[in-house]
Amino acid sequence: MKYINQMKLEFLCIPANVAFARVTVAAFASQLDFTLTDLEEIKVAVSEAVGNSIIHGYKGIPDQFVRIQAALTPDTLELRVEDDGRGIEDINRALQPTFSTDSERLGLGFVFMQSFMDSFQVDSTPGHGTRVIMSKRAGSGTAPFTPEQ
Amino acid sequence: MLLDLELKQDTLFIRPGGELDLGVAAPLRNALDRALDRDPVRNLVFNLSKVSFIDSSGLGVLLGRYKRVSKNGGKVLIVSPQPQVRRILELSGLLRIMDESSSEPEALAKIG
Repeated sequence: MKYINQMKLEFLCIPANVAFARVTVAAFASQLDFTLTDLEEIKVAVSEAVGNSIIHGYKGIPDQFVRIQAALTPDTLELRVEDDGRGIEDINRALQPTFSTDSERLGLGFVFMQSFMDSFQVDSTPGHGTRVIMSKRAGSGTAPFTPEQ
Repeated sequence: MLLDLELKQDTLFIRPGGELDLGVAAPLRNALDRALDRDPVRNLVFNLSKVSFIDSSGLGVLLGRYKRVSKNGGKVLIVSPQPQVRRILELSGLLRIMDESSSEPEALAKIG
């Protein structure tokens, strides 16, 4: 797949950077013909992925980094959000809508990522971090996407 | 974070502004819990007309305050969410447990 643009972003895992990350990714994505609704959805997906890294991956320890890689094909945004945190013991359980390790959270982070992006995949090794890979196509329809492409 | 709080009888009107995400969740939660500890609040009205973004961290703050007041028989209403915010509220299921109103007077009338 030929990329027309790529970017990498690395930032401290502090809550203030959730807004920085989503606005940056949305600005990058806006090089394609995404609608405002699409961009809002991308922002939510980025917020949830980065929020998970901060809250669950690093448990709020503000001396670690979250990495984002984004790439554009002529019609698709591809996105990776990675941390080197605790990882997820049971991914299938974590993907359940009502599952959260914090009673005040809704456990909807992954649900929003899945709902708002055309493809979604999460890889995690306990003790070695988590990587979320997502893509979204500009315009209608869904984009077939595998990380190997 | 922008936040305006107003107590009318036993209903607390909460008017946040900007983006409700992880970056503001803790200060917002603390400000609301301080008000709930201090005043005899029974019901909550969240006026979201000036909120341009919400994610699950922001929803969590709303849900946490809902749990707190509904335990005592209080109501929680949402006023005037912007379309993109409303969509997230709807997807999350929060609009099934919190009534929605188009204005603060309407919300107050619903509380009765």
